[in-house]
Amino acid sequence: MSPRVTFAVAARVLAQLRHDHRTLALLLVVPSAVLGLLRWMYDSRPDVFDQLGPALLALIPFIVMFLVTSVTTLRERSSGTLERLLAMPMGRLDLLLGYGLAFGLMAALQSGIAVALCAGPLGLDVRGPVWVLVVVAVADAVLGTAFGLFVSAFARTEFQAVQFMPLVVVPQILLCGLFLSRDALPGPLSVLSDALPLSYAVDAMTLVASRTGDVAGVDGQVWRDLGVVAAVTVLLLALGAVTLRRRTP
Amino acid sequence: MSNAVRVDRLRVTRGGTTAVDDVSFTARTGEVTGLLGPSGSGKSSLLRAVVGVQVVAGGIVEVLGRPAGSRELRHRIGYVTQAPSVYDDLTVTENVRFFARVLGLGPQAVDEVVGAVDLGRHRDSRVARLSGGERSRVSLAVALLGTPDLLVLDEPTVGLDPVLRLDLWALFHRLAREGAAVVVSSHVMDEAQRCDRLLLMRSGRLVADDSPEGLLARTGTADVESAFLALVRGQEAR
Ligand SMILES: Nc1ncnc2c1ncn2[C@@H]1O[C@H](COP(=O)(O)OP(=O)(O)O)[C@@H](O)[C@H]1O
Ligand SMILES: [Mg+2]
Repeated sequence: MSPRVTFAVAARVLAQLRHDHRTLALLLVVPSAVLGLLRWMYDSRPDVFDQLGPALLALIPFIVMFLVTSVTTLRERSSGTLERLLAMPMGRLDLLLGYGLAFGLMAALQSGIAVALCAGPLGLDVRGPVWVLVVVAVADAVLGTAFGLFVSAFARTEFQAVQFMPLVVVPQILLCGLFLSRDALPGPLSVLSDALPLSYAVDAMTLVASRTGDVAGVDGQVWRDLGVVAAVTVLLLALGAVTLRRRTP
Repeated sequence: MSNAVRVDRLRVTRGGTTAVDDVSFTARTGEVTGLLGPSGSGKSSLLRAVVGVQVVAGGIVEVLGRPAGSRELRHRIGYVTQAPSVYDDLTVTENVRFFARVLGLGPQAVDEVVGAVDLGRHRDSRVARLSGGERSRVSLAVALLGTPDLLVLDEPTVGLDPVLRLDLWALFHRLAREGAAVVVSSHVMDEAQRCDRLLLMRSGRLVADDSPEGLLARTGTADVESAFLALVRGQEAR
């Protein structure tokens, strides 16, 4: 592993994004636009927005980063640049961490904008510290990146990569507590919900928004949830590194 | 001159078919070795095995005295895959600069290789806007970074205009003279005459390993295309 190579990868991914205005818009503008739309929908019921807002603040970075990452890394595999890089002095973790770093940075920017919008003009009721919302959002985004890196190993085309959306992402959205509170789910689904990382991401976000705690105003449960999200991210990155083979058939 | 590549009884199977079947040869430092054969004959599979990115079914591949794919070799091999493996959405300079950073090289190395493939005029163009030939030269520029001891070039001259093709062959010979081993594949038989050594491949097997002159003399033919035909017919008659 070498920091020089990791930073080179991150800088390159950011340069690619800079040239790609649509993806930049998807990353930076769309999440805020969706939240604005939601606020407008519930114009007469700000209490519903207070309830849904935090969950969406957790979901949107996860979905967007999953999509952008899986398509970008798949392109790397199919264009032959991955084969070339792995023939060079490039550690497999350097590549994954480089991607994680670049998209993590984009996620920080994205979440910063979305959280500022929600806590400011949209008037979302946030009891805990606002900066923790950004921390949780970045963790969720990096989780999405890790999922994207992992599934791209099992896809041959960009279309196939997108097909993982309904398989990997949609069940997590259904069971994360957005539609029905997680303790109200039927037994087996509740167990499944406990096994899915997005549930912890949404729990953490909702907790920060709805409660203050003793340590720096943050509820202890938030850090435990974040710990789960981080652990799953590390696991997925490790699995991703295993699926990156220097020699292929 | 020393052996840069030694391949002994190599076998590669891909997707259930035998792509490389019991191939042995050596490629020497200071020479341009041409790997010629029709499309599907196993050239890319063989070159991938030399670079160390191909799972092999049997045999030995040794590069610069080490097993192919060794970590120590990753700094010393320049590899051009058959499809230009560069980033379409970046400019020429951005592409080369990225790979230079991976290799730990500075901006001077970037200017050198961009100049060597004559892309100075296009240095700030996005690769997606370049022609196919220009794009493959960007890929070649990346392979030249850090003056590698072995250059493995998979069909680098396909689709280039004849003048440019001549220029590139001159470049390959210059690199060999300066101390590299150069292995170039092509499915265009005309290009064989420009190599110091020739490997002719068909259906995964080597049908000839000779100098261009030696091959023509041995088969009594006037060009490599006819020599290839003569060799294949000779084998089938046996
Ligand atoms: N990715 C792959 N999966 C399965 N079979 C492959 C793959 N790539 C090549 N082959 C097969 O291996 C054989 C040799 O192919 P290749 O090495 O690409 O030949 P060439 O480079 O001379 O055109 C062919 O029969 C081809 O169909
Ligand atoms: Mg080929």
